Amino acid sequence: MTKLTLYIFLFLLTQSWSLHSYAKGTYLEPEKFLSDVFNNNPPNPKKLWLKKELKKEIKKILGDEFKPLRLRYWDDGSKKAWILERIGRDKPITTGYVTSKGKILDVKVLVFRESRGWEVRYPFFTEQFADASLKADTKLDRKIDGISGATLSVDALIKLARLALFLDQYIDNKN
Amino acid sequence: MNTNNHINRVIYMILFMFFTVSAAKAAPTAEEMWQTIQEQQKVIEELQEQLDATAEAVESGAGGATGNWADKTQMGGYGELHYKFGDGTDQVDFHRYVLYIGHDYTDNIHFFSEWELEHSLAGEGKEGEVELEQAWIEIDLSENHHFRAGLDILPVGMLNVTHEPNTFYGVERNEVEKRIIPSTWWEAGFGFNGEVAPGVNYDIVLHSGLETSSNIRSGRQKVAEANAEYPAATGRLRYTGVPGLELSASYQFQSNIGGELVSGNDAHLFTTHVDYKHSSGLGFRALYAGWDMNKNLSADGKDSEGWYVEPAYRWTVGNSNTDVGVYIRYEDIDRGFTGSRNEEERTSTGFNIWPHPKVVFKGTFESVKDVDDNTTTDNFYLGVGYSF
Repeated sequence: MTKLTLYIFLFLLTQSWSLHSYAKGTYLEPEKFLSDVFNNNPPNPKKLWLKKELKKEIKKILGDEFKPLRLRYWDDGSKKAWILERIGRDKPITTGYVTSKGKILDVKVLVFRESRGWEVRYPFFTEQFADASLKADTKLDRKIDGISGATLSVDALIKLARLALFLDQYIDNKN
Repeated sequence: MNTNNHINRVIYMILFMFFTVSAAKAAPTAEEMWQTIQEQQKVIEELQEQLDATAEAVESGAGGATGNWADKTQMGGYGELHYKFGDGTDQVDFHRYVLYIGHDYTDNIHFFSEWELEHSLAGEGKEGEVELEQAWIEIDLSENHHFRAGLDILPVGMLNVTHEPNTFYGVERNEVEKRIIPSTWWEAGFGFNGEVAPGVNYDIVLHSGLETSSNIRSGRQKVAEANAEYPAATGRLRYTGVPGLELSASYQFQSNIGGELVSGNDAHLFTTHVDYKHSSGLGFRALYAGWDMNKNLSADGKDSEGWYVEPAYRWTVGNSNTDVGVYIRYEDIDRGFTGSRNEEERTSTGFNIWPHPKVVFKGTFESVKDVDDNTTTDNFYLGVGYSF
């Protein structure tokens, strides 16, 4: 390349280093998410231990093994909040789901680490989950429009929505 | 006997007194009970903490230095096998076997690479090639803006960027994005990408250029001791603000597409496309790509261009996890000259079957019309592909 190209490269590189560095895509801290969901007064987290039979059902939804031994969730009696993670293409997406009586009230992408597909965090995408519930086959009762070039991120969020709804029902039935 | 009975009575009395006294002594007061409960509560809490710590250790793979490195390293890939038949020259080819490796140095400095073996066998006189198609470092400057430098695929067209076989229809990739946009097309350079508004994305890259005197595709130097005297730049704007929709336009400037072979052949490439997938299963893709060069190449004219439209429909089979899709595509490629294969009309139709979203079986029937010669050739293809 020409010398000019090299100069531009060095200039931009220097400028990029001088800027403050950010973690990629921490859009909403989990604490803030919980605080928003429960009007600044989140309940203490509860733990759901994932026993063998429960893991089998979760595997049917996700299509692969779910590694955690237990899940934390927040339940104030009227709604539950879940913070779930799943890999889209090659990095985990941390997502918050709010459920109540078998329906999704809200979805928020908290941390997005993939190099593309970050559009899944926007309301124009997440609002499609509002009021979604599970059919008997544990699939969502509606189709979710994807994001071009972000198929795997979209797929991860849909599967986590199904998981949150399934666990919401599981807890309600248990109680 | 009497003596024995007496002794027994004494023993019983002693035992009775001992247990009575012991029992009286063991009976806790309310205060002692409270203290005991508190101590037991403390033990329960400690056990709970130990249980949580154990669960966390198990979930995180039990830690260790290698676990830490592995957590920051990702691997993936894709591959596709093609079988072409029907024209008397049946051929089977493992067209692409690709591995990705990525690594996060920190939360905001990332590495990504793509390594490819084409046509199964590489080496002197063999059909295939081993290629490094991506190897770049990306630094997150903010949540929405990223700096990238290294060897990278260029942000033009649809398939150049996303080309895993489970993401498109047709066993072989379309010809417009092979001959007009010479996909897969990668160069060395640096640039910025990110998002300026919800769903409005940009890329701008300064990179090495093509070097050709014959056709566009053969101008790819593949960053192999490539001539870097004539830089190029590419910019792209992409809109994804409506679920299922992608609108994109890119512009590229080549300071001299002739490199050391032909002087003074600056060139401009413009591409635009729409990709829409509705939740009903209906899909539609259309793309245009055209060059404006200063001089003709020997095989491709200075105004070479091509476009295609591709409606499709995808559905899930019953209650299964299997999806099926059908499509029809019409392509037109015009290289600006007259003579054999300078203008082609390609019509293809076929199906994709996805037993899993990342595994696909494909079938394609393709009819290729040479407009200048007014001849038509039919081809059939079957394929299997995967990504992970």
